[in-house]
Amino acid sequence: MSTKKFMYLNRRAPYGTVYALESLEVVLIAAAFDQDVSLAFMDDGVYQLVEGQNTDGIGMKNFSKTFHALGDYDINQFFVSAESLTERGLSADDLMPLVWEDEDDDWAEKPSVKVVSNVELSKLMSEQDVCLSF
Amino acid sequence: MLHTVNKSSFERNSLQSCLNAIDDSSVILLIEDGVISAANNANSSMLAELATQGRVFALQGDIDARGISSKVADNIKLVDYAGFVDLVVEHGTAVSWV
Amino acid sequence: MADILGAEVDEEGFLVDLKDWTKEIAVEMAKGDDIELSEEHWDVINFLRDYFEEYQIAPAVRVLTKAIGKQFGKEKGNSKYLYSLFPYGPGKQGCRFAGLPKPTGCI
Repeated sequence: MSTKKFMYLNRRAPYGTVYALESLEVVLIAAAFDQDVSLAFMDDGVYQLVEGQNTDGIGMKNFSKTFHALGDYDINQFFVSAESLTERGLSADDLMPLVWEDEDDDWAEKPSVKVVSNVELSKLMSEQDVCLSF
Repeated sequence: MLHTVNKSSFERNSLQSCLNAIDDSSVILLIEDGVISAANNANSSMLAELATQGRVFALQGDIDARGISSKVADNIKLVDYAGFVDLVVEHGTAVSWV
Repeated sequence: MADILGAEVDEEGFLVDLKDWTKEIAVEMAKGDDIELSEEHWDVINFLRDYFEEYQIAPAVRVLTKAIGKQFGKEKGNSKYLYSLFPYGPGKQGCRFAGLPKPTGCI
């Protein structure tokens, strides 16, 4: 099977609707198929990566923790819209410091999250074989 | 009256519709994705004005779930579920802007 | 509904509520599969529970084997070793004993 480029485009805030969790579940299933996977976050989707989420008060699963596991699934390209962050009074410092271990570089920890402009994001989208929206 | 808004104002116009429709004695409670507006009230001068009058509330659990407690505007009052019930009792008829 | 030591399980024997889990339940589940839990079993079960606590998911088998090898020694970081402990699959059977939901993407 040839490798294809898959991008998961996340545009919804977590918890209020089921889109964010559904996206993550599909990403985890797809991770088993050894494809080139990237995740994009724009609009309210940027809230999925905000650090310090605590769901004790609403009785739902805090799936923000699961993003920390994705490096071990070879998913280490998280692109976040700079414009969407700015519109919401957020910056890169408000996001979880997700990392992956580079096997080819003595397991050095490297950052997975990259803040990019919407222009760069649309260029990345055009380079994909498949773009899945949530 | 009590008005609840459960959608992000970046995604739907529920909050704006609510703001256009409420009278001077009404209060607003932001819940679920509606709490995103509590962290962005600079985007709506009318919401900010109501907040200074002490008429905007937000549900603490939904704020914490989204990790935005440090971003909430000072004059928005945070309530838990018991506080939600108190608001319903105090303000009578509740309208949901879904 | 079926139960194990009073804790409700689904049709595949997974705990319905992971808060119900106790070591005794794990022992009882293993007994049902003709397995006596050894220290090596417990290493994997405890690893699975810690992993779930941290990431809110059960690890995929390749992630599990890699992590077990890293933590408990290279000779244990392979699926042959893990299947010797859990003949019905370290993901499926191990997660069941550990009180976790069935792993995502596991058939």
